[in-house]
Amino acid sequence: MIRTEELLLNVGPQHPSTHGVLRIVVKLDGEVITEATPVIGYLHRGTEKLAESLNYTQIIPYTDRMDYVSAMTNNYVLVHAVEKMMGIEVPERAEFLRLIVMELQRVASHLVWWGTYLLDLGALSPFLFAFKEREMIIDLFNELCGARLTYNYMRVGGVKWDAPPGWIDKVRDFVPYMEKQLKEYERLVSGNEIFLARVKGIGKYDAETAIAYGLSGANLRCTGVKWDLRKNEPYSLYDRFEFDVPVGTNGDCYDRYMIRFEEMRQSLRILKQAVEQFPSSGETMGKVPRAIRPPAGETYVRIESPRGEIGCHIVSKGKAEPYRLKFRRPSFMNLQILPKLLVGETMTNLIAILGGVDIVLGEVDC
Amino acid sequence: MSDWVEQPLTWGNVLIYAVLAVVFLLLILGYVTYAILFERKVLGWMQFRHGPNRLGPWGLLQTVADVLKLLIKEDTIPRKADRALFILAPALCYAPSFAVLAIIPYTRELYFADLNVAIVYYAALSAISTIAIVLGGWASNNKYSLLGGMRSAAQMISYEVPLILSIVGTVMMTGSMSLRQIGEAQGDWFWEWNFLPQIIGFGVFIVAAVSELNRSPFDLPEAESELVAGYHTEYSGFRFAFFMLAEYVYMFAIAGLASVLFLGGWHPPAPFLDFVPGIIWMILKMAFVIFFLFWLRATMPRVRVDHLMGFAWKVLVPLAILNVFVTAVCLELFIKG
Amino acid sequence: MSEENKREAGRQEKPAAARREEPGEERREEPPAAEQQEPAAAEQQEPANTQEVSGTEPAGAGAEHPNQPQPDTMPEHPDASASDKPAEPAAPAAANADAPSAPAGEAAGAGAVDPEREAKIKAAQEARAKRLAAKAAAGGEAAPGDAEPAEPKPPSPKQPWLDEAVELLKSEVHPEAVEEAVINELAGDMPTITVKAEHWRAAAELLKSHEKLGCNYLRNVTGVDYETHMEVVYFVINLETKREYAIKIRTDREQPSVPSAVPVWPSADWPEREIYDLLGVDFPGHPDLRRIMMPDDWVGHPLRKDYVPLDPEV
Repeated sequence: MIRTEELLLNVGPQHPSTHGVLRIVVKLDGEVITEATPVIGYLHRGTEKLAESLNYTQIIPYTDRMDYVSAMTNNYVLVHAVEKMMGIEVPERAEFLRLIVMELQRVASHLVWWGTYLLDLGALSPFLFAFKEREMIIDLFNELCGARLTYNYMRVGGVKWDAPPGWIDKVRDFVPYMEKQLKEYERLVSGNEIFLARVKGIGKYDAETAIAYGLSGANLRCTGVKWDLRKNEPYSLYDRFEFDVPVGTNGDCYDRYMIRFEEMRQSLRILKQAVEQFPSSGETMGKVPRAIRPPAGETYVRIESPRGEIGCHIVSKGKAEPYRLKFRRPSFMNLQILPKLLVGETMTNLIAILGGVDIVLGEVDC
Repeated sequence: MSDWVEQPLTWGNVLIYAVLAVVFLLLILGYVTYAILFERKVLGWMQFRHGPNRLGPWGLLQTVADVLKLLIKEDTIPRKADRALFILAPALCYAPSFAVLAIIPYTRELYFADLNVAIVYYAALSAISTIAIVLGGWASNNKYSLLGGMRSAAQMISYEVPLILSIVGTVMMTGSMSLRQIGEAQGDWFWEWNFLPQIIGFGVFIVAAVSELNRSPFDLPEAESELVAGYHTEYSGFRFAFFMLAEYVYMFAIAGLASVLFLGGWHPPAPFLDFVPGIIWMILKMAFVIFFLFWLRATMPRVRVDHLMGFAWKVLVPLAILNVFVTAVCLELFIKG
Repeated sequence: MSEENKREAGRQEKPAAARREEPGEERREEPPAAEQQEPAAAEQQEPANTQEVSGTEPAGAGAEHPNQPQPDTMPEHPDASASDKPAEPAAPAAANADAPSAPAGEAAGAGAVDPEREAKIKAAQEARAKRLAAKAAAGGEAAPGDAEPAEPKPPSPKQPWLDEAVELLKSEVHPEAVEEAVINELAGDMPTITVKAEHWRAAAELLKSHEKLGCNYLRNVTGVDYETHMEVVYFVINLETKREYAIKIRTDREQPSVPSAVPVWPSADWPEREIYDLLGVDFPGHPDLRRIMMPDDWVGHPLRKDYVPLDPEV
């Protein structure tokens, strides 16, 4: 008599492919997953509780550390929320600087995703190529604000540092170089048979499921729903620039891959226009009272980070510290669909699907 | 060399054979050392970086340091592991790989054994290493290792079949299974080498060989990002070194096989180049094959396990059988008849 | 801007000056200062409190956007508007008590403060006193004074969304379902509806499935611990028409319980677990309500305002 047993396997929390300290408890029947439960909270640092005793400028470095791969967008969501509540106007040059760094950050974040995704799939070299390009962006940020990963760059009312002389020219030169590199990388990977077999038709879901589970970013757009907050709920200066929003049709890993790749190109397009329209002079800080006290009330502000919709819900009692600060993190919401997607898949596909969702654990756990 | 081998067995001869074997073993170890270094260097160059370059001039002492590190590590055996099998597995993996090297001819005169069933000998011994891998995965008492061992067994058994079938074409063309005779039978111009008439067989052989070696893109058993390290997760220190040694020695064996079977062995690409000794040509061809394996590792992502199996049985085996059939027809029509 | 700075500087300087005194010096100075301050002490306490609040009031009205919270829109505002009343009679008293109490404080710390700063502080306080007096003299309380510029403001373009939703909720779910419905100007005119907890599940179904509302995308769920009650806020939106709502559900603090929205919007799953974990709100109807961030055997709910951390030094 053959007796089969279900195997309970722990993927993580230390694992080369879970992009952080994520633990997935997986019930296996041979190589097929019958049940998968993500367990999070290994990186929970209590940002929201800490924020209740800090004033808004002090919270900005904490936002850097949530989604550490895309720190500029986190900065922006917080300062934008406070500015909206207080009705502060940001000078044009500062807003341009913010937009340029956010789009550069989007390219850098998608490069990290691309390199690590292909590393998970077994291709060793694209990881190094991606980080080589990202190093150029990081150098630009280093010149601008002195940090490579956690920038603490934006302030309520503007930005902390003005662009040093020649910085905008460096950004201008970076754009065509990066476009050329992207073409090469596309030729390297996107036609590769093995790669296509690994990602086409994997992790499919339809638009209804995506909307029901509150997915955002490329995870939502891969099903055909054209929802990008830069276009649908414009913020900052995005309505001044022309760019497309790539939308997929099948809702599988391949579509998510192609969308993110194309988003890099569109970000470069925005950067080109932004650098041309960049005001040659201007203030970097608007009129802000010395003590930042938003009026009593609440607000919910959301922007498009590389991972999806990041939101900031502030409840203020008129003091310098928020009464309650809640971040709506895209990776947290996007991860909810994982148990549903993984049933019936093999372990190899688990890695491919998890990589395609593009999560950052700092953001999941906050 | 051939006359020494044909001499009757005396104590003196045994001593000479033993010394030659030890010398060869040392050569192989030297090869493994620098193959590991060159793999890392070549991978690095393809990824826009230098490989290791700190230890020794140009990094030449890197592997020495690595091996030294592995040898002086603590020998940990997991408590619930099956001790005897755990200790047996690496040695069982390495021994056949060295034994297989006996049948490869390096030049017309330089060879260790000229078996007339060399191909079968190779297939049989390389299968023993498969058993060893499964043993290693099982004895580790670790779910990841077990999964890796199972995957590896499935993979290696599946790819033995197209590997051997692809060689049948060359055997038919030569009329013998002896590697020395197959090498001998290839001509002095490079278009007379077996890879052109047997192009399908060559293609199948290369793919099946990469899979037999458990190298990227077929390196599922050691799929680092999925199973941590597959069947050798629990092995550390010199036991791990044994597994790695076995892999590189098999690379040597496959390179030798490919060179002899398809790339003309010790023959120069053109007759006027025969002032260069045959051993140099042999070394160059083997080096090229090994470089190709490194190149594949740097470039390709990994295939999925079900694709792997499907590919072996549904694509490679039919192709290899087709190759045999076409060879038979051509031989009958054009050469004999 | 400079006036503001001076005012801010003045307000911050005064307690700073008091802090800068040596503790020993302070104790020695206290008895004589206390005598001086005693007659003014009683008055000083009250105006000191209201000065804080009224200090923020002019800060809000003077420097910021007219997008100031109106007393009728923001439920949190009652304390501010209530304190407006004592501000008015206290304002002239404050203006008077200001001058003697400031020099009293200054005399106590005379050794540590240089004359320049003293002059600046005095100037700032006089300016503030003048403005307070002017405000009091301008007539009427602060609250109607604020409401005046708000009246001619045009209604928000999202007002019809709010009205329609309230209508539908009242007619389809329960006439008592809606507790409150406002337009939250600070959040970009977001229609904010407060729904009673016992009708939330039906209201959620309505919001999702009614063709006029059709809010199929739940974007965020937040839990807030107001010390008197707990609140859970759901943000929903219809992706095609971009119609969005913020639904608040109030529940009491001892046994907080809000019906789960997971059967309606599966994306509420983990956010509700997070609120359960960090705030202790129970969600009956949730398929798998257990802790998500904290370890499974943790005691207490960390995000609550009265949470005592295990490690007192944290």
